[in-house]
Amino acid sequence: MTTEPVPGAAPAAATADASGDVLRAEHITKRFGAVTALHDVNLHLGQGEVLGLLGDNGAGKSTLIKIMCGFQPPTSGRIILEGQEITLKSVDQARSLGIDTVYQDLALINELTVYHNMFLNRERTRWSLLSNRSMRRTAQEQLDRIGVNIPSVDAEVAKLSGGQRQAIAVARAVTSSAKVLLLDEPLAAMGAKEGAMILELIKDLKAQGQVSIIMIMHNYGQALEICDRINLLQHGEITFDKLAKDTSVQELNDIVIEEYRRALAEQQRQKSA
Amino acid sequence: MSEITERSPQAVSPPGGPPGRSVPGPLRSALGLLGRQREATVFVVAVVLLLYFGIRYNSTFVSQTNLANLLSETAAPIIIIAIGEVFLLICGEIDLSAGFVFTFAPFLMHYLIDFYGVPVVAAIIIALLFGVVVGWVNGFLTVTMGLPSFITTLGTGFILLGLTLTTSHAYPATIPASSVGIGRWIGAAPWSQFIWALALTAIFYIVLTRTRWGLHTIATGGNQLGARESGIKTGRIKYGNFMLTSTLGALVGLQVAFYVNTIDPSAGGYQPMFYAVTAAVIGGTAMLGGQGTILGAFLGGIVLATLINGLNVAGISANPLNIVFGLAILLSMIANVRLARLRAAGRN
Ligand SMILES: Nc1ncnc2c1ncn2[C@@H]1O[C@H](COP(=O)(O)OP(=O)(O)O)[C@@H](O)[C@H]1O
Ligand SMILES: [Mg+2]
Repeated sequence: MTTEPVPGAAPAAATADASGDVLRAEHITKRFGAVTALHDVNLHLGQGEVLGLLGDNGAGKSTLIKIMCGFQPPTSGRIILEGQEITLKSVDQARSLGIDTVYQDLALINELTVYHNMFLNRERTRWSLLSNRSMRRTAQEQLDRIGVNIPSVDAEVAKLSGGQRQAIAVARAVTSSAKVLLLDEPLAAMGAKEGAMILELIKDLKAQGQVSIIMIMHNYGQALEICDRINLLQHGEITFDKLAKDTSVQELNDIVIEEYRRALAEQQRQKSA
Repeated sequence: MSEITERSPQAVSPPGGPPGRSVPGPLRSALGLLGRQREATVFVVAVVLLLYFGIRYNSTFVSQTNLANLLSETAAPIIIIAIGEVFLLICGEIDLSAGFVFTFAPFLMHYLIDFYGVPVVAAIIIALLFGVVVGWVNGFLTVTMGLPSFITTLGTGFILLGLTLTTSHAYPATIPASSVGIGRWIGAAPWSQFIWALALTAIFYIVLTRTRWGLHTIATGGNQLGARESGIKTGRIKYGNFMLTSTLGALVGLQVAFYVNTIDPSAGGYQPMFYAVTAAVIGGTAMLGGQGTILGAFLGGIVLATLINGLNVAGISANPLNIVFGLAILLSMIANVRLARLRAAGRN
C-alpha cells in the first residue's frame, strides 16, 4: 500500500495509443439525480500535451476530472488509458496507473503537517510505523527542487496562506511521478508571483515531455500561453476544441459572451412568460 | 495541536519565516508550547491534585490499597474507554453505547460458560468479539446507513441494556468458578486493570501518532472529503474506530466484573462512557474532529479518578463533584477554543 514517489525520478513516459493519445474519455455522461452534469463528453489528451479545459462555473469541469481520477464513476461512458479501456474503482487505482490529481478544493488536511499532507495516503512506513524523518526530508527536497517557498515542512497546513496551500497541493501531484496530471484550477488562490511559479513548473514538465496534463483554468491569456490545445465545456458538453495557436482570447471571449447573452435572453423569456 | 505536530519544534518560529508577526517571541513560544502540548495543562492539574491529596491525607490516600483503588478501580475503566472515544471523536463520531457493551459482555461470558459449556478462554474471546460486532453494527448504521453516530449509539445502547436486563432478569450473577484464575489477569488482581490501561495507552498513543491508521483517522475528521479525494477509505476508518471502542467497552466490562467478583446488570451504563468523554475533553480532545490526544485522555482519566477517590478519602460528600466535573469540561473547552484563536492570531 505504501507507494513511494521517488524524488527526481523521471516518470516512465506514457505509451500513446495509435491515435497518439494517452488518455481518452468517450461518451461520458454523469447524472446526479435529476442533474445531468456531463452529457456525452468526448475528450482526448495527447502524449506530452497540455490541454486547457475552460468553461463557466457549474459547466461540469470538476465532475469530469473526478471521473478521470477514479473519485467517482461515470453514469455511462468509457475511459481509455494508453489504448486500453480501464474501469477506475478508486483514486488509489488511478494513482497506481499513473493518474494524479490536484482537486479544486486541494484535499489538504489542515491539522496535519505539510510533509504528512505531501505523503497523504502514500505514507512511507517501516514495520508499520510512519517513517517521518524520511518523508520530511523528501518533502523538503521536492519543495526546494520546484521552488515552493513555505516556512517549514513541519508547519500545520492550516498556518499557510491560500497560495502556499495551493502550491503544496500542486507540488504533491507533480512530484508523484505520474504520467497524467489532472489539475483543477491550480492557479485559483494564487497571487501573480506564485502563479508564475506554477506556470514555470508546468512549462518545465512540458519541456521534459514525459507528462501529459489537463488543466482547468479561467484566465484565457494564461491558458493560451501554456496550453497546446483548448477545450470548452458548456452545460456538460464539449463545444469547442482547437489548438491554442488557432484561437485567440478574442474568440474565447466571444463564445462566452454569446453564452451569457443566451442565458440572459432565456431569463427574460421566462420572466415575461 | 494534534500529537503528530507536537514533535515539530520548528513549527512555530521557523528560521526565515514570514516577517511581521505581531506577538513577541517568548510569549509566542510559550503560547505555542501550550497550544502544541495540549496535555501540559491537564498534566499540571493531575500532578497538583495528586500532591494535594497525597500531602493532606497522606496515610490514607497514599496507602497501597487506596492507590490501587484510585488507579485500577476508578481510573482504568475511564482511561480504557476514553482511548476508543478519542479515536472516534477525532474522526468526527462518538459512541454512547460503549458502557452498555460493558454491561452485557460479562453476562455473555457467564451464559456461554455456565449454560453452554463453552471453555473459559473461548467464552472470554467471544465476549470480546461481541464488542467487535456491536462496533460493526454502529459503523454500519452510521457510515453505511448515514445516521448520526449520536443517534446510532443511543439506539444500540438501549438495545444492549434491554438485552442485559431481559436475559439476566435484572439479577446479578456470580463469576463462573472456572474463570477466576484467568480473571486475575484480566482485572481481579489489584493492579491488573491499571497495567492494562497503561499498556493500552502506550499502544494506542503509538497507533495515533505513528501509524497510517492514526494519520488517516485525523485526516478523516479534519477534512473528510479531502481524505476521500486522497483515496483514504474514511468509512473503513470509522468502522474500525467503532469496533475498537466497543471492544474496549467489552474488555472493561469483563475487568470490572472480575474485580468486584460479581456480574452486575447495573454496572456500566452511561456513567463510564460519559466519564471517558469527559477525560478526553479535559485532556485536550476537541469534539470538532481532526484533533485529539491519547496521553491527554489518560491524564484526564487520572484527574477524574483523583477527584472521585480523593474526596472520598477526605470524607467530603461526593455530591458537589458533578459540579466540578461540569466546570472542568466547560473550562477545558473554553481553553481549547481560546488557545486555537490565540494561535491563529499569533500566526497572522
Ligand atoms: N456530488 C454532487 N452531487 C450533486 N450534484 C453535483 C455533484 N457534483 C457536482 N454536481 C453538479 O454538477 C454540476 C457541475 O459541477 P462541477 O463539475 O463542479 O462544475 P465546474 O467545476 O465546471 O464549476 C453542477 O450543477 C453541480 O451542482
Ligand atoms: Mg470546478
